[in-house]
Amino acid sequence: MIQTLFGSLNEPEKKNIFDRMKDAVSRTRDSLGERIESVIALTREVDESTLEELEMSLLASDLGVTTTGEIIDALRERAKRQQIRDGAELKDLLKEQIKNILDEQQRPVRAVAPPEIIMMVGVNGTGKTTTSGKLAAYYRAQGKSVLMCAADTFRAAAIEQLEVWGQRSGVEIIKTRQGGDPSAALYDALQAAKARSNDVLIVDTAGRLHTKSSLMAELDKMRRTTQRIIPNGPHEVLLVMDATTGQNGLQQARLFTESAGVTGIVLTKLDGTAKGGIAVAIARELNLPVRFVGVGEKIEDLLPFDSKAFVDSLLGA
Amino acid sequence: MFENLSEKLQRTFKNLRGQGTITEENIGEALREIRVALLEADVNLNVVKDLIEHIREKAVGQEVLTALSPTEQVVKIVRDELVALLGKDTARFQFASKPPTVILMAGLQGSGKTTTSGKLAAWLQKGGHRPMLVSVDVYRPAAREQLRVVAKSIKANLYEGDTKGEPAGTALVERLAKEARREAIISGCDTLIVDTAGRLHIDEELMGEMESLKKLLTPQEILFIADSMTGQDAVKSADEFHKRLALTGIILTKMDGDARGGAALSIRHVTGQPVKFIGMGEKPDAFEPFHPDRIVSRILGMGDIMTLIEKAEEKLDKKKSEEFARKALSGDGFSLEDFRDQLRQIRKLGSLQSIMKMLPSVGPLAGMQQMADQVDEKQFVRVEAIINSMTAKERNHHEIISGSRRKRIATGSGTTVQEVNQLLRQYAQMRKMFKNVGKGGMLQRRAMGMLGGMRGGR
Repeated sequence: MIQTLFGSLNEPEKKNIFDRMKDAVSRTRDSLGERIESVIALTREVDESTLEELEMSLLASDLGVTTTGEIIDALRERAKRQQIRDGAELKDLLKEQIKNILDEQQRPVRAVAPPEIIMMVGVNGTGKTTTSGKLAAYYRAQGKSVLMCAADTFRAAAIEQLEVWGQRSGVEIIKTRQGGDPSAALYDALQAAKARSNDVLIVDTAGRLHTKSSLMAELDKMRRTTQRIIPNGPHEVLLVMDATTGQNGLQQARLFTESAGVTGIVLTKLDGTAKGGIAVAIARELNLPVRFVGVGEKIEDLLPFDSKAFVDSLLGA
Repeated sequence: MFENLSEKLQRTFKNLRGQGTITEENIGEALREIRVALLEADVNLNVVKDLIEHIREKAVGQEVLTALSPTEQVVKIVRDELVALLGKDTARFQFASKPPTVILMAGLQGSGKTTTSGKLAAWLQKGGHRPMLVSVDVYRPAAREQLRVVAKSIKANLYEGDTKGEPAGTALVERLAKEARREAIISGCDTLIVDTAGRLHIDEELMGEMESLKKLLTPQEILFIADSMTGQDAVKSADEFHKRLALTGIILTKMDGDARGGAALSIRHVTGQPVKFIGMGEKPDAFEPFHPDRIVSRILGMGDIMTLIEKAEEKLDKKKSEEFARKALSGDGFSLEDFRDQLRQIRKLGSLQSIMKMLPSVGPLAGMQQMADQVDEKQFVRVEAIINSMTAKERNHHEIISGSRRKRIATGSGTTVQEVNQLLRQYAQMRKMFKNVGKGGMLQRRAMGMLGGMRGGR
C-alpha cells in the first residue's frame, strides 16, 4: 500500500497526500476529536465514565454497537494492565487499536499480468461512476494504459456520465446502449482490453440494493464472464460505499462479498462531516480492507487509503 | 445473520415475560436492549437518549394503573413513542393558491433526488395534476440528461432549457429555474418540480445557491431527500439543510432494501418536519405516502400488513381471487390451471421476498421474514413453465398425468421429472388442505389463532 501511496506523489505542486487526507477528514476530527479531547482533558484517571464517554463517541461515528463494545472492552483491559493514568495515553491506545484493526486487512499489492480487471460495485448513489472516472485518472497518472467499461446499462444517463469522465481523464470507454446486457458490454470490453494489452480495465456497474437477489446474480454472472476471458479476473472488486452509511453498511459488504467477491472498500464523500466509521466495523467483522477514499468532486480527489492518516484525522493527531 | 430491530425488541420482551411487575431494575434491562436495537437501526445517539428517557418515565409511571402484562405494556409504550416522534398523521402536500406550485428537491449527493423527482411527477400525474420537471444540476456530468430520460419514460413535461455554453454556476442555475417557471405557466402546468445538484451541507457556496433558489422561486415545498441507509451523520446534514432552507418535508429513499431506517426518526427529530413519502424501488411507481404507524409496526415486528392489503386491492383481480377461493374450498377443488392463474396474480404484488417481508414476524408466520432472503424467485418461473408445458386436459385433470406424460412435461419445460413430481405432490397436498378448510378444518382454526396472536402482540 505504501508503495502505491508514494507512487502517486510525483507531482510536486500537489499537496502531500497525507495532508490532503487529513484536510479531508479533519472535519470529522472537529466533532469526534474535540469530544474526545474534552473527555480526556477532564479526567485525570481512567474511570468507567471516561470509557463510557469514549464509547459514545465511537457510536456517534458509526462504528456500531458490537465493534465499539469490543474496542472499549479491550481498551479497559489494557488500561488496567498498563496502569494508564492519563487521558492522552488512553487516546493513543485507542488510536493504536483502531489502526490495528484497519492495518490487519491491508495486503501488499500483487503484481498482476495485464490487463488487471477492476470491478466497481455498490448500492445506488454511492458514487461508483464518479469513482470509476477518478480511478481511471489515478492509474493514467501512473503511466498505465486504462480502458473503462460502462456496464451500468440500467440507470438513465449513466453511460453519458461515464463518458464525460472518460474525456476528462483521456480514457476510452466500451459501452452498449441503455437497457442493453451489461455482460455483453463487459465481454466486449474484456476482449478489447486483451487485444490492446491495456494495463487496467475499470468496470462501472449499475447500483443495486444488496437485497435484490436477481440483480446480485447478475454481478455473479459478470464475474463468470470475466473469468472465461481473463482466468484470474476480476483482480479487484471494489465495493463503493458512502461514508455517511450507517450500520446497513455491514450487510451491504456481506452480501456483495457473497455475490461479487468483494476484495476492498472505497469510502466516498469523506469531505462531508460523516466519519466513515463503518469501515472499521467492516474491517473487523468481514476482513475487508479500505483501498481508496473519495474526498471531493474533482478528478484528483481520490486517494489511496492510509490508516495512520485516517485514524489521526478521526481522533486528532 | 444479524437481527433486525423487531427481532431484537421481541427478544427483549421475551426476557421481560414472566415477570409480574415492572421494576426500575427489569425495565433497565429492557431499555438497554431497546437502546442497542435503536442504535443498530441507525437512530441518532441523542435521539435514542431522549427516547429511552421518555420510555422509562412512562413505563415506570404506568406500572400499577394498567391491566396489561409488562411485555404488552412496554411494546405499547415503545410503539406510541416512535409513532409520536414520527408524527401521527400522514403528511399532506401544500399546493399554491395560484399555480404553479413549486417543489424544490434538496439533498446530499446520491440520495436519489433525480429518481425521486420523476417518481413525484408520476405520483402527481396519477392524482390528476400536470407537473413540469426541470433539472438545475449543471454540475454533475449527465445529470440533466438523466432527468430528461426519466421524464420521457413517465411522459411528463420537462423544461430542458439551453445552457448556451454558459459556465456552470449559480447564474446559470437561476436562469434555468426562472425560465422553467415561466414555461410551466405558459404550458399550463400546475406544479414545477425543481431537481437540484447534490451538495454537502458544509459547502458554503452551494448552500448559498440553494438559498438564492428559494428566494427566487418561493417554493411551497422544500423536500429533503434522504437515503434510508444513512447513519449517525443524518442529523448533521438534515439540521444544516433545515437551518438554511426551512424544509417542509422529507422523502426517504431506498426503503426497499433492508436498512432499518432509523434515519427517519433522527431527521424527523432534528427538523421537526414530517416524512412525506418513501421510495421503494427503481420503478417510477415505487413511491408511497409515508405512514408512521405502518413503519413503526414494521419496526416492532408487526409486519406491514396494511401496505400488503392495499397493494393486493390495487393489483389483484378480485373476481378471479373469489372464484379461486370458492373452487378451492368446495368439493371439486382447484385445478392446476387455477393454480397457475393464482401464481400469476401473486407475482403482480411484487417479488415473493418483498411480500414475505411485509408479514408479521410474530405469531404463526414467524420466520417468514427471515426466510425471505432464501427464497428462490426462479422457482416460480419453473413452476409456471411446468404447468405451461401441460395440455389443457392435463391441467384440469391432474390424475391423468402418467409417467410418460411427466417425462414429456419435464422435457417441454426444461426441468426434470423429479421437479414435475414435486410440483404434483405439492399441488395435491394444497388441494387437500384447502378442502379441509372448506369443511372448517384445521387451517381455519390456525388462521383464527393467527389473528388472535396479532392482537395479543399489540
